[in-house]
Amino acid sequence: MSNRVRISSLFAFMAILLVTVGVVQSPSLALAILNLCLISAIMALGINIQWGYAGLLNVGIMGFAALGGVAAVLVSKEPVAETIALGAPGLLAALLVAAVTIALIVWVYKSMKGRLRSVLVTLIVVAGFFTARHFFDPAVEAIESTDSAATGYLGGLGLPIIFSWLVGGLFAGGAAWLIGKVSLGLRSDYLAIATLGISEIIIAVLKNEDWLTRGVKNVTGLPRPYPVPYEVEIQQSPAFQSWATYFGMDVVELSSIVVKLAYSGLFAVVLLIILLLCESALRSPWGRMMRAIRDNETAAEAMGKDVKGRHLQVFILGSAVVGIAGAMLTTLDGQFTPGTYNPLRFTFLIWAMVIIGGSGNNWGAVLGGFLVWFFWVEAEPVGLWFIDLVTSGMDETNPLRLHLLSSAAYMRLMAMGIIMLLVLRFAPKGLIPESRR
Amino acid sequence: MEILNALALLSNYLVIPALAYGSQLALGALGVTLIYGILRFSNFAHGEMMAFGTMAVILVTWFLQAQGISLGFLPTELLALPIGILAAVLLALGTDRIVYRFHRGKKSQPVIFLIASLAVMFFYSGLTRFIIGTADQSMGDGARFIFTAREFKEWSGLDEGIALRTTQGITVAVTLICVAALFWFLNRTRAGKSMRAYSDNEDLALLSGVNPERVVLIAWILAAALATIAGTMYGLDKTFKPFIYLQLLLPIFAAAIVGGLGSPIGAVAGGFVIAFSEITVTFAYKRVLTYIMPGDNVPDGLVQLLSTEYKFAVSFVILVVVLLVRPTGIFKGQSV
Repeated sequence: MSNRVRISSLFAFMAILLVTVGVVQSPSLALAILNLCLISAIMALGINIQWGYAGLLNVGIMGFAALGGVAAVLVSKEPVAETIALGAPGLLAALLVAAVTIALIVWVYKSMKGRLRSVLVTLIVVAGFFTARHFFDPAVEAIESTDSAATGYLGGLGLPIIFSWLVGGLFAGGAAWLIGKVSLGLRSDYLAIATLGISEIIIAVLKNEDWLTRGVKNVTGLPRPYPVPYEVEIQQSPAFQSWATYFGMDVVELSSIVVKLAYSGLFAVVLLIILLLCESALRSPWGRMMRAIRDNETAAEAMGKDVKGRHLQVFILGSAVVGIAGAMLTTLDGQFTPGTYNPLRFTFLIWAMVIIGGSGNNWGAVLGGFLVWFFWVEAEPVGLWFIDLVTSGMDETNPLRLHLLSSAAYMRLMAMGIIMLLVLRFAPKGLIPESRR
Repeated sequence: MEILNALALLSNYLVIPALAYGSQLALGALGVTLIYGILRFSNFAHGEMMAFGTMAVILVTWFLQAQGISLGFLPTELLALPIGILAAVLLALGTDRIVYRFHRGKKSQPVIFLIASLAVMFFYSGLTRFIIGTADQSMGDGARFIFTAREFKEWSGLDEGIALRTTQGITVAVTLICVAALFWFLNRTRAGKSMRAYSDNEDLALLSGVNPERVVLIAWILAAALATIAGTMYGLDKTFKPFIYLQLLLPIFAAAIVGGLGSPIGAVAGGFVIAFSEITVTFAYKRVLTYIMPGDNVPDGLVQLLSTEYKFAVSFVILVVVLLVRPTGIFKGQSV
């Protein structure tokens, strides 16, 4: 019961913080923070599924979130007919070659043994690689040189962007399946390092494969999901203008608030659905089994539980949730910019959310997502204010003061590290500990 | 003659850079593997430790340069290196005292140590960026080349030159010295032997009177010193930018795992394996082929297997293959 009181009071505190920002700074800013809090909470839930339920260490959150972002592009952008006509046959041929190569490798690997197998596998890899490149390179060349300033890529399916949230989950889950197959069942460090690697590779691919994502040229102008209006359109409607005068607000400001509120509503629905599913999963026999595996793998295995299979399952589920959140983030931004994915912001910050909020408890992960994101955004102005105060005795042009002011933003990295260490030491279960069942 | 030209070209653009890069990775991987062997966790803060040590070296170098002190032919950074190492060692020992010692006392699981190292990484990265910012800092003064491409051409009469930059020469030399000193320490001294014993079998070592806190202390000193040297060598060879050191974490871990986590000789071998494969796979062979291929049978395009941006993919693929085929690495891991 005390846990319930704790949860409600902490969330009430969070609400007060957000309202304070709305009053002191601006309501539009508070809503912008709230939207990213909601997305962060979903990511933290995904990691909590892996770490809190099963003790799996995923340090590649950035990659899975970026896969969600790609899904947003591939689902929602209009297809570019020209480039598809030019490049699709070559790409399909390359894909076919790759599939045949992989099938051959698997077949050789399973049916042979010894040195012959290694030699054959190497030969197949080399031959497959060059044959695929033979089809792939000219196709990519053709696609990327077609009107490269505006398109130069294949485009997407032209479907409503909201479908991309599911597709993003599928993409991330697929990548997780690959990684999990290789590195689950080895020492826990290896999974961490493998996920770190895959996330760097995913980002490298998204930055360089211009035919797929336009690379660092970015894809802008993604459509908005259904109920979210465009500011310009609602500003022109007379009904909306009369509302604005009724509330006594600027039309532009009110329109931005309405748009953000619409996003908040959508995100909150997704968060609630995932949270509900997580909670019922944790309460079910499946959740009990997961905890049993986490707490004592050997005993669980002796009881006939398929430890590796459960780990793979939970790893895919958690990554898929991260992928969904990644697609939502790109939807909110309205553009896909591979250059902005940075491990500190996308991987390690999410870890801070899970650890600080409370691993193993879904409410804790959600609270961590809210609190840490809020802190992350607000630490910058507060840090600046703090340094300004400390150095106010110095001369305006004092180089030390100028240096400190310019690097105040990095203080939040240090502060985040210290908070994480304090939590690990004094409240290792986080703000909302896992409840005993 | 043509073959010689092709070989010269390969040495200039492939072998020498790979030797230098491999040395840097080997030094970094040695630090990771030592910590793994003694404290039994993968230290994710190692890359940021490299960045911090390098930053200290840069700051001391600036101070020395302002005083008009230089090493002449060699970069001033070498003179600043001991002080940088000292700073990094102090930071590492302070971190251990405040963070890791508590978790050791509680006998926390290795994975908790790993998460603590993530938090430490956050702190270090903030510290480095707070002090020196995120911008590029070019390092290295003194002579740029041991011998230039032109000098080599005149000396050998070939069309292709080989240049050896001072920083590359220093990197390889310093690595040789460090690795030799480390192995001498681990194999010949009492403290080194107690470290190996502790890494092999903790309980047995404790029974034989090895002081665990002392072993951990030495491990951190060695790891911080190696990290600073590796970071400084990387910065001298390329450039210093805090973000690069975060990205170096992956090839360093790959090197340590490929060699066998916990095995120093494996870390060195792994470093070179990763460096050579990265550069071999991302090298454009076009000009080499123009020398070797008879007549005008030169393929068009760069003849590059993968574009340079995918060098992470190379370390990763090697990592995955090793995990699948031989999870303990080339040299059986788990022994310092």
